[in-house]
Amino acid sequence: MSAAAALKKPPFAVIAEFSDAAALYAAAEKVRDAGFKFWDVHSPFPIHGMNKAMGLKKSPLGYIIFCGGSVGFLTATLLEFIPSSYLFPLIVHGKPVDFFTVPAFFVMMFELTVLFSAFTAFFGVFIMNRLPRLHHPLFDYEAFSRVTNDAFFLVIESTDPKFSEIETKELLATIGGKDVSLIYEND
Amino acid sequence: MAESEASTVPFVERMPRHPLVWNNHSMAWISDRIAGIVENRAPRWWWISIAVTASFAAFGTFCIFYLLFTGVGVWGNNIPVAWAWDITNFVFWIGIGHAGTLISAILHLCRQKWRTSINRASEAMTLFAVICAAIFPGIHVGRVWMSWFLAPIPNPNWIWPNFRSALMWDVFAVSTYFTVSVLFWYLGLVPDLGTMRDRAKGRVSRAVYWVLSFGWRGGNRQWRHYEMAYLVLAGLSTPLVLSVHSTVSFDFATSVLPGWHTTIFPPYFVAGAIFGGFAMVLTLMLPLRSLFKLEDVFTWDHIDVMCKLVLFTGSIVGYAYSMEFFVAFYGGNPFERFAFINRYFGPYWWASWTMFTCNVIMPQLMWVRAFRRNWAIVFFVSMCANAGMWFERFVIFVISLHRDFLPSAWRMYYPTWVDVFTYIGSLGIFLTLFLLFIRFLPMVAMSEVKAVLPEADPHYHPPPAGPKESVTEVHA
Repeated sequence: MSAAAALKKPPFAVIAEFSDAAALYAAAEKVRDAGFKFWDVHSPFPIHGMNKAMGLKKSPLGYIIFCGGSVGFLTATLLEFIPSSYLFPLIVHGKPVDFFTVPAFFVMMFELTVLFSAFTAFFGVFIMNRLPRLHHPLFDYEAFSRVTNDAFFLVIESTDPKFSEIETKELLATIGGKDVSLIYEND
Repeated sequence: MAESEASTVPFVERMPRHPLVWNNHSMAWISDRIAGIVENRAPRWWWISIAVTASFAAFGTFCIFYLLFTGVGVWGNNIPVAWAWDITNFVFWIGIGHAGTLISAILHLCRQKWRTSINRASEAMTLFAVICAAIFPGIHVGRVWMSWFLAPIPNPNWIWPNFRSALMWDVFAVSTYFTVSVLFWYLGLVPDLGTMRDRAKGRVSRAVYWVLSFGWRGGNRQWRHYEMAYLVLAGLSTPLVLSVHSTVSFDFATSVLPGWHTTIFPPYFVAGAIFGGFAMVLTLMLPLRSLFKLEDVFTWDHIDVMCKLVLFTGSIVGYAYSMEFFVAFYGGNPFERFAFINRYFGPYWWASWTMFTCNVIMPQLMWVRAFRRNWAIVFFVSMCANAGMWFERFVIFVISLHRDFLPSAWRMYYPTWVDVFTYIGSLGIFLTLFLLFIRFLPMVAMSEVKAVLPEADPHYHPPPAGPKESVTEVHA
């Protein structure tokens, strides 16, 4: 991107590279203590304890999955009882068709609970991450392609109330970031 | 004296934990080695293998169509042996499909970090095995065009399936298992597809991997939800993996046939499935680790611990066989007693004794550490287990059926060429899919292997400079 083109675009974020997971962890603690809100660390794998270092709470996804699973359980219950007890009461082996037939329904209740929970978990993780998306300003930064290989980055976005192009860059440099650079919005 | 000296040394130093990846490889090495398998040209053995397996798959498909156009009479099934190789193959493949989800779910919950080297390939193996399994009940129904009756959908006949039938439970159990396994497998793939995308040279391959990776960026705000989803999926898959083969066993256990009607079936089937699944993982991964030079990722320590699991589950299976036999004697039911004497001493005695030798006696070799670290012996034992588990299902289904309550109805079962080639065809489909998988997707979970390296720990401090003594050299 030429300098002239860059001037027209608003900045998206400041990015800095760190040497390893330990350095990134220490840097995250400092950025957290500095009071930033819209920032993230990028790594090739989830770093143990990073949520604490970033001051993030536990993901609420678990509660959403519980709701999905409950819908699955309810679906199975209705799917089994309505046809078996009302629409098409099929008497097999002289067994009851009312509520007392419920033990025979346990297997499918379990299966549909798991199935709906799994779908909620899978789609939930991408919806909460605002994925899929076809592009992101970070991908314009050449070195960022190593984030899925062996590189560790810390990114502070320009939407953060404490963001300032010069001071944020200085902060990242003082806490050990290398190649501190400014990234611009796509369009 | 040596003893007192040893007691003063901390336990951690006396028995240091072996690193999970040997020879101190870097993260970049892991990416290069594993993504390289996909990026480099396919080796010649790959083309030869897939030519062979695809031919078998094609002929197996021909056999299936021959069956559909002609009728179930082309099989050797008869009355009383109405369920024979088809259901044997179904349960065989479903059993194989248990190792993957066990490795990814149960071992994840148990914090068994060594699973990261093998979980991707085993999960893929699970999916392909379940695909092979799903073929058999589908074609066994005879009139395949009526198989939509399995689905609980409103129809003009106002007929609904019997939800209290074990066969109906089976439909739900297997299809749920397959779907959840696909989701679990794909969720694990997403970060690695990001790696493939970032390494891709060509525009097309980059675009394809981009779409497949959903634009994954590896931010901790993403990993936070990802890890939660992974944990919950592991928690859900743990009872699921145990329930699938239990439900499959209900197909038999809820009947009144001697040899099938036993309460031991669910745990016995699950143990056998894990045994057979681990054996198949070993069968596939032992050659692949040498062919793709993955010895430092899938190490002898991995093989060792998997052999121990094979030994453990094989022994549970041995206990189940013995207990079935004992209960047949102790239960006092003459039909039950006859069924079990007929099983081991009747006309199919050779099948039962093959089963017992392969599944119970051969795994006992794994007590010896030197055997667990010997390529040939591990491969031999895993092949024995593969064969033995197929025979186990043959023994349970065919032998229990062929001599039923009325001696006038007794009849032997002989497979036809269609039976044999449909089975070999399913092996071909399985191996073809697996070969395609290792060609186009990273066969080891790169992001997960990187996460178990020592330097992935945020509190890791590199050891002080000096001559580095590698634990791995002892075994290499």
